[in-house]
Amino acid sequence: MKYLPAYRKMLLIRRFEERVAELHRAGLVPGFAHLYWGQEAIAVGVCHWLRDDDHILSTHRGHGHCLAKGADPARTLAEIMGRATGYCRGKGGSMHVAAFERGILGANGIVAASIPIATGVALASGLADDGRVTVVFFGDAAVEEGPFHESLNLASLWHLPLLFVCENNQYAISVPVQKRQGGRGAAAIAQAHGLETRRVDGNDAVAMLEASQWAVQRVREGKPVLLECATIRWGGHHSAQPTRRYRSREELQAAQAACPLARLEKRLIAQGEATPEELLEINAAIIAQVDEAERFARQSPFPEPGAATEDVYATQEGSG
Amino acid sequence: MPEITYAAALNRALAEAMREDPKVLILGEDIGSLGGIFTVTDGLLAEFGPERIRETPLSEASFMGCGIGLALCGWRPVVEIMFSDFLTMCMDQLCNQAAKLRYMSGGQATIPLTVRAPIGARNSAAAQHSQSPQAWFAHTPGLRVVLPATPADALGLLATAIECDDPVVVLEHKLLYGEKGLVPAGRHRVPLGKAEVKRPGTDLTLIGLSRMTQIALQAAEELANQDVDAEVVDLRSLVPLDRETVLASVARTRRAVVVDEGVIDFGVTAEIAALISTELFGELLAPVSRVGALATPVPFSPPLEKAVIPQVEDVTAAAWKCMQGKPTR
Repeated sequence: MKYLPAYRKMLLIRRFEERVAELHRAGLVPGFAHLYWGQEAIAVGVCHWLRDDDHILSTHRGHGHCLAKGADPARTLAEIMGRATGYCRGKGGSMHVAAFERGILGANGIVAASIPIATGVALASGLADDGRVTVVFFGDAAVEEGPFHESLNLASLWHLPLLFVCENNQYAISVPVQKRQGGRGAAAIAQAHGLETRRVDGNDAVAMLEASQWAVQRVREGKPVLLECATIRWGGHHSAQPTRRYRSREELQAAQAACPLARLEKRLIAQGEATPEELLEINAAIIAQVDEAERFARQSPFPEPGAATEDVYATQEGSG
Repeated sequence: MPEITYAAALNRALAEAMREDPKVLILGEDIGSLGGIFTVTDGLLAEFGPERIRETPLSEASFMGCGIGLALCGWRPVVEIMFSDFLTMCMDQLCNQAAKLRYMSGGQATIPLTVRAPIGARNSAAAQHSQSPQAWFAHTPGLRVVLPATPADALGLLATAIECDDPVVVLEHKLLYGEKGLVPAGRHRVPLGKAEVKRPGTDLTLIGLSRMTQIALQAAEELANQDVDAEVVDLRSLVPLDRETVLASVARTRRAVVVDEGVIDFGVTAEIAALISTELFGELLAPVSRVGALATPVPFSPPLEKAVIPQVEDVTAAAWKCMQGKPTR
């Protein structure tokens, strides 16, 4: 198969997240920015096989999922910068980017909370028999939350067309997974609920694409599936947080040696899909795309204060 | 007009909504062959089948979330939580998700979700099956909160809630399920946010909701025997709140007693008292009186339960103090 389309998406996420970090340091991103760099192969590997009308639900570390599913980088960045032109009119920000027109039903600031919602989205597709796939992304810490277990049971009991994607990036803020979980991880728990599962090297784009192709196909046939993807969080929990109190430099260097982009670049060149010069051109084009997104976001106005009271309800007060 | 019970009225609202709109479905525990532990879903499984009368595992957080996901996709789910006390199991899904997804998405999400749950003390069910937590949800922007006090309002408010494009929490009182009342035979809707004057009067206004409206009406009868003419207003909705009807009544009577079964501290009665005191400060003949549950968990033993939950005599006592211009709680 050709890997350049996935490579372009992964590179877009990397360059986008680098820009978010810069803008955060410059004071142009309010609040927190939980960055997805280093984990690009997972979102891109899964979303590569999705249709435009398939649904995804995401986490507080959700920029990458949104871009992989086709969100416009300019409107995404405008949202992260709190501008009126953002997807959510500046009401959601980094942790709550949603683009319903692209099937992106929202990132979520509560760990594991999008998993139960995803069961309902998948049930709607099952009841309509519309062949749509629902994907819910979540981190390793979500495995410790009750709704994860409840929702695996619902998916199994009701044969929901739902793909659970656990991104095991090893850390919940500062505590490594070995200090938080006594069991054998997300896949083993899902197997106990009767789901089909696969463990994947989430830093290997080729492996992610292969496993995701299988998984999305199984879900489209009506079987719930869980993918457990091993990766590593490159940065702090959010972009401004240092990691030296809980993670050694050697550990991070070893993880970054497994960079999914670098690995895919080698593969592209080795199999003759692209030359190093062509990859440089792609990189330049993507930087230009991120530049354009930044220009759009910087030039966009902040919301008017009066917008604060809009969008609380769909119906007018008293009308029901 | 037929006379039916409050539970039968809720059942009728559900059945009519499901016949009218194939996108209405119900999620909850024991709602199938048992018909719900308070009989509200009686007979619905036979008519609508297990896909739409969807019995759930004991996973309140997940089936509440499931309802939200269905609502995002154009369904009109009704989620039954067996006791309102169990809403604590799904507070994140209800208060962080259902209530906020529209706002956080800048209006992209529409969540026509109805949540039904029984409130109130009944038959020594003790502290985890007896609460009246309406203030929690009224305090959460994004939710609408209604509490029917009669069979007709049970029918009309639930029907309107299911048709509403916002999440609506319908809190039903366990002691009202068996109460009978006249209900319109045909299509019946009660708008959200419209209080009702249940009994006109001139001397003071008793403001209640849910079963406390019935308690206030009984208190008004006793007061009438002693030549006090009490008006009774049933709030019916907390969100939206019908400020106009409340203020119009108290502007005439110039005295108010607010009655709610929720814990009195930081509760519904405080909000209504603040509204009246702010808007009608110079016109009141007495401080606004409040009657509510004592600030304890609801106890088990019958005399203790009775001591904590507002009784008719508590309302009449508050009314007398109000008539004398004395402050009560």
